[in-house]
Order: sequence, then C-alpha cells, then structure tokens
Amino acid sequence: MQAIGLTPFDWVIILVYFAFVLGIGFYLKRFTRSDEDFFLAGRRNSAWVAGLAFLSANLGALELMGMAGNTFKYGMYVAHFYWIGAVPAMVFLGIYMMPFYYSSRIKSIPGYLKLRFDEKTRVLNGFSFAAMTLLVSGINLYAMALVLHTFLGWNWDVSMWVSALTVAVYVTMSGLLSAIFTEIIQFFLIWFGLFLVSVLGIIEIGSWDEIFARLPEGFARLWSNSGDPTQNGMLITWGGIVLGLGFVLSFGYWTTDFLVVQRAFSARNLRTARLTPLLASFFKMAVPFLVILSGLIALALSRDPASGFQLMSDGGKVNYDSALPMLISRYLPPGLAGLGVTALLAGFMAGQAGNISAFNTVWTYDIYRSVFNKKASPQHLLWMGRAATVAGIFLSVGTAYWAKSMPTIMDYMQAIFSWVNAPLFATMLLGMFVKWITPNGAFWGLIAGMGSSFAMYLGVKFQWIPMKLITLSSVSSDMAANFWRAWWAWLICFLATILISLFTRKKPESELVGLVKGLTPRVIDEGIPWFKRPAFYAVLSLLVLIALNIAFW
Amino acid sequence: MKPIWHFVGLILVVMGGVILTAGLWSLWVKPLGPPKVLSSLHPELWWGGFMILAGAAFLVFNRRSRVE
Repeated sequence: MQAIGLTPFDWVIILVYFAFVLGIGFYLKRFTRSDEDFFLAGRRNSAWVAGLAFLSANLGALELMGMAGNTFKYGMYVAHFYWIGAVPAMVFLGIYMMPFYYSSRIKSIPGYLKLRFDEKTRVLNGFSFAAMTLLVSGINLYAMALVLHTFLGWNWDVSMWVSALTVAVYVTMSGLLSAIFTEIIQFFLIWFGLFLVSVLGIIEIGSWDEIFARLPEGFARLWSNSGDPTQNGMLITWGGIVLGLGFVLSFGYWTTDFLVVQRAFSARNLRTARLTPLLASFFKMAVPFLVILSGLIALALSRDPASGFQLMSDGGKVNYDSALPMLISRYLPPGLAGLGVTALLAGFMAGQAGNISAFNTVWTYDIYRSVFNKKASPQHLLWMGRAATVAGIFLSVGTAYWAKSMPTIMDYMQAIFSWVNAPLFATMLLGMFVKWITPNGAFWGLIAGMGSSFAMYLGVKFQWIPMKLITLSSVSSDMAANFWRAWWAWLICFLATILISLFTRKKPESELVGLVKGLTPRVIDEGIPWFKRPAFYAVLSLLVLIALNIAFW
Repeated sequence: MKPIWHFVGLILVVMGGVILTAGLWSLWVKPLGPPKVLSSLHPELWWGGFMILAGAAFLVFNRRSRVE
C-alpha cells in the first residue's frame, strides 16, 4: 500500500530540489581551489552557517521518522534525546573543548589524537571512524530506498542510485562547502515541510492540552516516572538516562564525532567556532516541537476510532516509522505533499553528503597521508579528497546492497556509536584535561573501551551474559542496554587509560602546549560585549534546557 | 561568492510559488486529488504565500552581501 500519492506539482517540487543542489555544487566549484577549501570550506563560515550545518548534519530523515515513531511507542521520553541527551554536551564542546580543537588548527578529530598522543592512536581512530561512517552511510542509503519504496512505491534501485550519484556529483565538485550549503537548505525544507503537519494536528485535535489529555498515563512526562523502569515505555531508570544517554553517548557523539564537529572547524575564527554548537543547541531544543509533537499527535489520533487514523502494518506488525508519512498523507495537499517528501529526501541526501565529506577528510589526512603518502602535496590531497568522495559513495552503495540482503543489520546501527564514540570521549576528556596521560595509555585504553563495548554487545545478543548484569535491573529494553553499555565502555576506557598511563612514558610538556588544559592560554573574550560572548549563550541555553525539563517533568 | 541565505531565499520563493499555484489550480480549475483532512483551511494557499514572503525576505536582506 502506498501512503502518499504524488501529483505533477509534487514532482515539480522534487525536481526543483535536485536542480538546486546540483546547481549549488556547480556554482561553488569555482570557489574550491585549495585543500582547505575542499575539506574545511575555506574556514570562512559565520556562526549561523556553521551552527545550522552542525545541527543539520544530525537531522537526517531516518532520525525524523524514527524518533516520531519512537514517540508513538514511548511517549515524551524520546525528548530526552534532544534535551539532556544533546544540550549539555553541545555547551561543553563550545565552552571547554573547542579552544583545544580550533587553536591547534587540526583538520580532523584523529588529527588532534596525533598531536596530543601519537600516530598509532590517530590511525586507530581514523580507521574505526572511516569504517563507521561508511557503514552508517550505506545503511542510511538503504533506509532511504526502503522508505521511498514503502511509502511512495518508488523503484528501490533507481531511487538509491539517483540520490547517491547526485550526492557524489555535488560533493566531488566543492566538498564540505556544498555539503554545508545543502544541509542548511535541508534545515529550512524540513521546518517548512514538516512543521505544518504539527500545526494542522493541533488544529484538528483542538488544542495542545487536548493532545496530552488523550495520551496514555506516563506518556506525557519526562522524569516523574523514571524511578521505576516498569512505569515507562523504555524500561529504563533515570540513572541510565543520565549516565548512559546524558553523559557518555551524548558527549561521545556531540564532542568527538567528526561528522558534526567538522562543521565547527569550518568557522572563521575561534569565537565563531565556539558559538557554533551553542547556537545549534537552541535549534536542537526546538526539534521536539516538530518530531515529538507529530508522534504524540499520531498517538492521540490513533486512540480515537472516529479519526480513522492508524499506522501502516507489515505482516501484522505495526510499522512505527510510518507515523510521520501517514500524517503527511493525512494533512498535506498536492504541492505541500511534495514539499514534505522533499524534506525527507533532503534529510537522507544531506545525511549522505555529511558522512561522505567527513569520510573523505579522515581518509585523506589521517589514513592516506599518514600511512601511504607522507609527502603528498596540497594539490594531490585535493585530488585524493575528490577520488575518496567517489569511492566512498560506491562503497556506501555496496553497503546498502549488503544491508538489503541482511535486514538485521539495522539492529546494529544503534550499537555502532557505543562501540566507537563512547570510549573515544574518555580518551579525549583525559587527553584535554590531564597532562600526564601518555600515548600508550590512550591507545590501549581506547582498544580496551572499544573491545569491551563490542564484547558486551555480543555477550547480550547471544545470551552469554544476562542483560541485567549490564543494566543493573531485572526489567530493561535494548535501548536501556545501549545506554548502560556505553557507560561501562566509557568507564573501562577511562580507568584503563589512567592505569596504563601511570606506568608508561609521558610526552614532554613542550609538545603539549595548546593541546592540554594548564598548558594552553585561557580564552578571554576581552573587548567583546557580553551579549556576543559564548559564555552568555551557554548560560542561556542551559536555562532554557532546565525550563523545558521542569515544564514536562 | 553569494551567501547561503541567497539560495535559501531562492528555493523558498520557487517552491512557495509552485505550492501556491497548486492551491489556486485546485481552487479554480479542478481538484488535484481526494480532499485531505482540514482541506477547507486551504493550507497550500497560506503556507505557499508564507514561503514566498519568507524567501523574498532572505533575498532582499542579503541582496548586497558577499562571502569572501
């Protein structure tokens, strides 16, 4: 069954989008002359541009549909991913970590590991990040084709190849600059295309309060039912949310994942780079009014038989991801339906471009130049970046076909981040704030963290170890296991790094200037009005976060 | 080079124009498909118009700006 039927007007909207992203790629090519232009967008972006791109790199269609579906399943609890699961980490990045990243003029996160520790830690992280990025990119491509096939009846191969080749063309021409431009266009299309769904949902149901009144008990609250895991849909306690999601997974993703941090590196100066995640945090806090609200509207409608609203089902099993497409189909007339579909398409393609632009940078600088060709010229690196873009796209398509033949691969996606990012956050935290952490401590600590996370995942999956050993509760879900596994992996990496550092050789302090707290001049925003200082936006962002959590307590 | 806001304005004006045209076509020529919930509000008309205005604002306010 097709959920959304398209008219010629809708097709015109979709074609306009494709024409625009390709046109932007051609237009920007003439401004992409050096490797810094290609990999870091010439380091000329304002805080608004870098901030919106920073957020949009994470705002993929899979996330929009998945989170709306999860809200249908779990209720308001999903807002934790947008508030405590993002904002504190973004503030920490902007205030404390960005000065180390930006001032050292690195081109990637593994580049920082090389300066702070050594080459082997950089290469380890470079390879794991490149593999993770290609895997996520391929699964994203597969998910896009699946969504377009399920909801629009489009041909699986055609939709995948057309979008992959479009991304290949515009990223090859102008690298990160075109990726950032299309991410910002995606941001506006998502808001204009999907926010109307929430507005019309409120109008149909009657009011904001009426939506919440129709929800099952416990589905409208964030914290008040988090003491007992049996009282919330996610089967998790506040401890798992705070330690696993709010601390490790969130900080691991937002402060060390090069896909998002690369956008801040493209800022024109340090203050702008620090403002990048801080401005993005305000938009991040607004996303639930798009995603969570539409999930709640779908749930409220489905509980009223008179509304005639229900989700799609596959073989008797409810397809929760259909919540958002079914609302688009319910409310958006011709023209607007095309805009809604284009917003989802743009989300998929911008996510693809983001992954590929991060991959080509890490491949070129942290693997190719570091391992294979140490004397490569800037022009050769520019060529290699373009070649890596094309190769990355084809590898992603290969991964997508692999995912198609093995649908359970989707189950692994959530777990991938806790394998790579959670331990890396421990390494980064110690590396930036403790000067006696050694290169061998970092390397072997990282191996211990990544290895233990992977072993815990396999152990629970194949029932070698009981899940309650990881989640500290006899009642838990896969989501709870992800949160807790991330926490343990972080802790193991943290402790192993400290322990090994006590017995191995330190780097001379002269080599750590600008990379570690205590050996780096403090950033003082002298001569800048208070309302333009990063600290002001950090405090404001945290106050809004607290207010939102109290409002939905 | 032209700033990104110029392209944001352009795409909003073009897409808003198509959406508004679709709404007018449905209203005056012939309906383009089965009616949607709340179709009596004609969201395609006011939302399409709103997109055109927002896009035009982006174009006007950034007409002289350049990124070096």
